[in-house]
Amino acid sequence: MPALLFWVFAALMLIFGAAVVINRNPVASALSLVISFLGLSALFMSLDAFFIGIIQVLVYAGAVMVLFLFIIMLLDLRAEERRKINAVAFAGGLAVALALFVQIYFVVGQLRAAKQQFPALPAARTDDVRAVGLLLFDNFNLPFQIIGVLVLVATIGVIVLSKRELR
Amino acid sequence: MATLGDYLLVSGLLFTIGFAGVMLRRNIIIIFMSLELMLNAANLSLVAFSRYRVGPDGLPNYNAQVFVFFIITVAAAEVAVGLAIIVALYRARQTTHVEDISSLKF
Repeated sequence: MPALLFWVFAALMLIFGAAVVINRNPVASALSLVISFLGLSALFMSLDAFFIGIIQVLVYAGAVMVLFLFIIMLLDLRAEERRKINAVAFAGGLAVALALFVQIYFVVGQLRAAKQQFPALPAARTDDVRAVGLLLFDNFNLPFQIIGVLVLVATIGVIVLSKRELR
Repeated sequence: MATLGDYLLVSGLLFTIGFAGVMLRRNIIIIFMSLELMLNAANLSLVAFSRYRVGPDGLPNYNAQVFVFFIITVAAAEVAVGLAIIVALYRARQTTHVEDISSLKF
């Protein structure tokens, strides 16, 4: 992928990611999150991870976002009314976030591997669905089964939590 | 072609945005969305490392992509349970504002 496309999709992802945090209306935030994840999925595909990119669109832009919008509309949340912001807490949170980014910036700057290009792949050998599937069902079979149990537990937990009266 | 460092910086910036959302916003649903942003920032750097580490057979290291697959699955389960908790909370308290829910606050 040309460098220009990388920066276009990275900017798309970051701008709409920031819009998630900045928007006051939860529905607008959720829709910004969809665009942000589509940009992220394009970045995955630029790294030849087509399977992960497609899964990202299906699971996040499809299932998770529908769930978010469904809950927002079920709870009938509107744009939140402005409350008095605790200025000290706001400045503190912003400072901690900025400090985190400065740290990441310097750590990445010192990483020798960070300045190198990605090694080229031999053409027409990116059948990554097959490779990931083989690993998943072979080397990672036990974690895969455990993930299945986790999803089952989550399903039962959601049903229990959604019952009318919680005990 | 962008370098590995570019991907790591973009991933770090996305993580920072999500982190700032968790720190600054007071709406519990927005906090939850910011958590998703942070999870996906981690996924981006994992996939970038996977592509960077090409093995002797000329293929990327797919272990990281399997790891990303697991993270996506766990995140989807987490979203389902978390949103159910938010709905239960809303039924009990009629609010999604974290400052209205302070019974456990020290």
